[in-house]
Amino acid sequence: MKGAVLRPLLPLLGALSLLALWQICTGLRLIDPFLLPGPVTMLQSLVDSLRAGPLLHDFLATIGRTLLSLLIALLIAVPLGILLGSSEKLYRAVEFIVDFFRSTPATAVFPLFLVFFGVGDSTKIAVAAFGASLVILFNTAYGVMNARKTRLLAARVMGASRLRVLVDVTLWESLPQTFIGIRSGVSLALVIVIVAEMFIGSRDGLGHSILDSQMLFEMPKMYAAIFLSGALGYGLNAVFLMIERRFIHWGGK
Amino acid sequence: MPLPTAAQTNAASPIATRPAAAERPAVVTPLKRNAGIEIKGLVKRFETATLYDGFDLTLPGEKITAVFGPNGCGKSTLINMIAGILPYDGGSILIDGKPIKSTRVAYVFQNYREAMFPWLRAVDNIRYPLKYQKLDPAEGERRLGKLLADFDVRFDINRYPYQLSGGQQQLVSIMRALIVQPEVLFLDEPFSALDYELTLMMRDQLQRVIVEREITTLLVSHDLDEAIYLSDHLLMLTRQPTRIADFVAIDLPRPRRVATLSDDGFVALKAHCLSVFEREVRRGGGGQL
Repeated sequence: MKGAVLRPLLPLLGALSLLALWQICTGLRLIDPFLLPGPVTMLQSLVDSLRAGPLLHDFLATIGRTLLSLLIALLIAVPLGILLGSSEKLYRAVEFIVDFFRSTPATAVFPLFLVFFGVGDSTKIAVAAFGASLVILFNTAYGVMNARKTRLLAARVMGASRLRVLVDVTLWESLPQTFIGIRSGVSLALVIVIVAEMFIGSRDGLGHSILDSQMLFEMPKMYAAIFLSGALGYGLNAVFLMIERRFIHWGGK
Repeated sequence: MPLPTAAQTNAASPIATRPAAAERPAVVTPLKRNAGIEIKGLVKRFETATLYDGFDLTLPGEKITAVFGPNGCGKSTLINMIAGILPYDGGSILIDGKPIKSTRVAYVFQNYREAMFPWLRAVDNIRYPLKYQKLDPAEGERRLGKLLADFDVRFDINRYPYQLSGGQQQLVSIMRALIVQPEVLFLDEPFSALDYELTLMMRDQLQRVIVEREITTLLVSHDLDEAIYLSDHLLMLTRQPTRIADFVAIDLPRPRRVATLSDDGFVALKAHCLSVFEREVRRGGGGQL
C-alpha cells in the first residue's frame, strides 16, 4: 500500500536528489561555482534567456531543423523500406550498404556533405535526414519482412491481390517497428543537428548557443542551453511515444 | 439455409427479402448442388521427400470431411493445396468442377491471434472479406446480423480482437470465414488452442451452423473425438508418402451432443478408426502408441 502510493513519485524523487546533490556541491564549494553554478542560478538564467535573450529563438531553430530533417527522412525511408522489405532478395542485396552507413558515425560525413550542400542550413538538415533515414529504413524494412505470414495468408485466401495485401496487411503489420525507427531517428536527428550547429558555421540553434556561451565563459547560459537540449530530446521522444501508443494501439498485443 | 450458388449471390434481393421463417433447408431447394472436390494424380515434393505421389481423392460436396492421420502425414499440406495457398507439383484439384481460383473459399486458421487483423475492430474483421465480393452492402449487414444471431454472440463486437478472449477471437475468425458464404470452408485445427470446456461449446455451435448452411467443409484435427463428432466422413491418411488409409462414413445422427461422445455407435466408430490409426503408425516404424 505504501509502495503503491510512492511509486509514481519515485522518478521525481531521483530528480530532486540530483538537484539537492548539485546544490550541496556548489554550496560547499566542492566544485568551483564559476565552472558549475548552482541549480537555482542555472534555472534563473534559463528563464532570463528564454524571456529576453536569443535562447527561445535558438530552441525553435533547433526544433525546426530536427523536424524538417525527420520529415525528409520519413518521405525517403518509409517508401524505400517498404519496397526493400517486401522483397527479401532486394533487401539482402542492399543490406550490407544499409548496415555499413548505419554504422558510420553521421558526423564523419559532415565534410562530405559540406562539399555538396555548402555552409548553411541545408548541410545540417541533410546530414540529420541521412542519419535518421537509415535508421527508419532499416526498421521499416524489418517490420515489413517480419509481417506475420498467417495474416498475409489470411488476406490472400480471402481474395486480396498482392497490392491489397501490401496496403491492408503488410503496411499495418510494419507500423509498430516503423515507429520504433521513427523514435530512434528523431533522437539521432537531434544529436546531429546540435553537433552541426556547434561546428558548421551557425548563427542560431541550441548547439550554437552552448558553444558560444562556453567560449564567452557565460557558464549559467551554457548550462541553461544544455538543459534545454535535454528537455527537447526527452520531450520529442515523449511526444512520439504518445502518438505511437494512441495510433498503434495493438502494438505488442 | 441452402448453399449459396452464383445465381443466388448475384441476385441478392431474393435472400434479403425472404422472411426469416422461410430460412429452413426444407423450404428453399438450392438451385445447384455442390458436386464436391475432385483430386487427381496430385504430386507434392519437398526438398528431401515426396509427400504426395499420384494421390487421388474425391470428397463429397455440402458435407463435413475431417482429415486425420499420424503426425507429419501432410494433413495441413493437403488442405492448403486444396485451398490454393500452397502450390503443388503435379495433378489437378477441382472444386465443383472449377479450379480453386474461381471458387469462393474461406479458411479458419489454428492461430486466431495471428489470423485476425488487430488494427481493425472485431466487427470490421468480420466484414473485411466482403470487400472482395461484389455484394450489396445491405446484404453484407444482413449476413452479419444472421451470423451474430446464429452464434448467439453476446460480447461487444466493436472491441479490438486483442480485447477479446481466445474463444471469442476464434468465433470472430469463424464468422469472418462464413460471411462470404463460402463454397468450401477450411478449418485447420480451429479449437486446438482453446480449453476443453470452450471447445465442447464451440464444436456444438459450429456443427449447427455448418450443417444448416450445407457448406462443403474440410476439417483438420489432431483430436479423433472431435474429428468423428463433427464430420460426415473421416479421411484417414497414412505416413508419407501419403495415401488413403481409410475413408470412414460417420453416420451418427445429428444434431450430435456431448452425450454422443459415449454413444455405442460413436464408440464403435472410434475403435475402428483407432485400430486403423495404430496400424498406420506401426507400419511407419514410428510405433509410439
